[in-house]
Amino acid sequence: MTSGDATLAPGVPDRAEKSRSLGADAWRELRTNPLFVISCVIILIIVVMMAFPGLFTSVDPNLGDLSKARQSPGGDAWFGYDTQGRDIFSRVIYGARASMLVGIGATVVQVVVGVLLGVLGGFFGRWVDVIISRIGDIFFGLPFMLGAIVVLTTLNPPQSSPGQVAIILQVVLSIAVLSWPISMRLMRSATLTAKQQDYVKAARSLGASTPRIIFRHLLPNSIAPVMVYATIALGANIGAEATLSYLGVGLRPPVVSWGVMVSDAATYFETSPHMLLIPAGFVTFTVLGFVMLGDAVRDAMDPKSR
Amino acid sequence: MAEPILQVTDLVKHFPVRQGVLFKHIVGQVKAVDGVSFELNEGETLGVVGESGCGKSTLAQVLMRLEEPTSGSAVFQGKDMFSLRGKDFKALRRDMQIILQDPYTSLNPRMTVGDIVGEPFEIHPEVAPKGSREQKVRELLDVVGLSPEHLNRYPHQFSGGQRQRIGIARALALRPKVIICDEPVSALDVSIQAQVMNLLGDLQKEFGLSYVFIAHDLSVVRHLCDRVAVMYLGKIAEIGTEDQIYEHPTHPYTQALLSAVPVPDPTLRGHREVIRLTGDVPSPMDPPSGCRFRTRCWKAQDICAQETPALEVRAGGHLSACHFAEEKPEVIAG
Repeated sequence: MTSGDATLAPGVPDRAEKSRSLGADAWRELRTNPLFVISCVIILIIVVMMAFPGLFTSVDPNLGDLSKARQSPGGDAWFGYDTQGRDIFSRVIYGARASMLVGIGATVVQVVVGVLLGVLGGFFGRWVDVIISRIGDIFFGLPFMLGAIVVLTTLNPPQSSPGQVAIILQVVLSIAVLSWPISMRLMRSATLTAKQQDYVKAARSLGASTPRIIFRHLLPNSIAPVMVYATIALGANIGAEATLSYLGVGLRPPVVSWGVMVSDAATYFETSPHMLLIPAGFVTFTVLGFVMLGDAVRDAMDPKSR
Repeated sequence: MAEPILQVTDLVKHFPVRQGVLFKHIVGQVKAVDGVSFELNEGETLGVVGESGCGKSTLAQVLMRLEEPTSGSAVFQGKDMFSLRGKDFKALRRDMQIILQDPYTSLNPRMTVGDIVGEPFEIHPEVAPKGSREQKVRELLDVVGLSPEHLNRYPHQFSGGQRQRIGIARALALRPKVIICDEPVSALDVSIQAQVMNLLGDLQKEFGLSYVFIAHDLSVVRHLCDRVAVMYLGKIAEIGTEDQIYEHPTHPYTQALLSAVPVPDPTLRGHREVIRLTGDVPSPMDPPSGCRFRTRCWKAQDICAQETPALEVRAGGHLSACHFAEEKPEVIAG
């Protein structure tokens, strides 16, 4: 590449082709990755289910016909009926909404909090970093499930019946509050690396303000690991919602979610396993979809792994 | 002679070395720059050479105020640079810019060339009104020998030499008076080095720039510099015009460095005396007493350990910090 210094380096197509950014490169890489395509199909189906459950079923998920209680899957109802005679297919479809809302909500909150604190700690260093890191350590040290159970049972004593929105918010926050230190640490270490780069020195030499350095130079260059983590965390958060609901402290009827369904079905596993296996299967597939997406995105974003 | 544009006096930068897990305490000081004085005249190029770790780059960073100096002063255009704050400090940025060493890390990989070269205008909007910015960026790319069509490309699509040109365009954007070049060509291929050096020379003529040119390679510096300062362990060993340093060096360290420069004439091989320095550069945390070069110097006497030689006019008629400064007898025999 030394011969044509003033002209374009060979190997860079000089066609009218639009200039490719790193993001565009990553996208080209992703499109041909079967892992990415499969995970996208799974996630797309779940998202459509979440947004338009009416497309998939016309049966009311809360309409119970006790005469059909615990019927096995058949022509009438593909996934059978649950213990109150409600159509499981319909409930699984409608359950996607609450499960995904919790998953997405918790991920967004934990990533936003983690990214902001991480970039601040990494950039300012010294006592700012010490305080943020130690607070992070404290939350990190709390056992995740135990912490969430304590938070949720404190907010909702056994006899209370919180509203739909309130309980979803509570679950989202209790998951996010206990898991933000992970994205904070990822962001902090990425920021520490980016901060040493010469382009940050160059920006400071030009007189760039602190917000400009953080948002134009540090964030775009250090967010990739957190984005990868976020896709994986989204899956894990859907799983956490299911666990909390199963334990009876998370979402609860009349909200329909996969976790609630698993919780309802737990005692009937030996007699009617379909009641439990179907919603659990949906959780598994969704989590798998997001984990695969995270893997594919990480491979595409990290040139070294190519 | 007119007032120098930049006058640096007794510049000191010490980095504290901290140790301890919970309660960090300072166990020592790395004396990266330890009392450096020089002046830079308008339109002049001052070369600063020295081995790795002698404090050249720290000097550049302190001059750009990327690091605050421990002590010392620098007067730039009649104003004390280190006391400027807020608005005045920002204005200083317009007059003094830096070209960084590594063109692979000095450009933000997520910004287009247009954004990188245009960023100075965003930070200093008073320099160019919004509408004229793209035009200005195109002009800058043209000036440094890149096609203005490359505006929307990303740094990874360019070669090392082209990237360094982008860095130069960014430094030029605000029309600075002084540019500090921190080893701008040491990361480039030799063939590209010459192109970039020539570009820097052309730009100096075109825009009347003054350069502080930092390098570890004496031959690179000679091409461009009017005066040269040789640094060793945070101090200037010798400073003089290009001719004084290259043809009549008086400090043993300069002589040793020069004797190590390869000569492109095979018939001279074996005929010239090569001074081989033994030992390593002492730790800047604990520099030798007196003259810092004495541990590796063949001329060292007792006085060198007791008394720090001042940087003053000695044999040869230029500043040298050696008790036994003298021109060597003809180095090349035959």
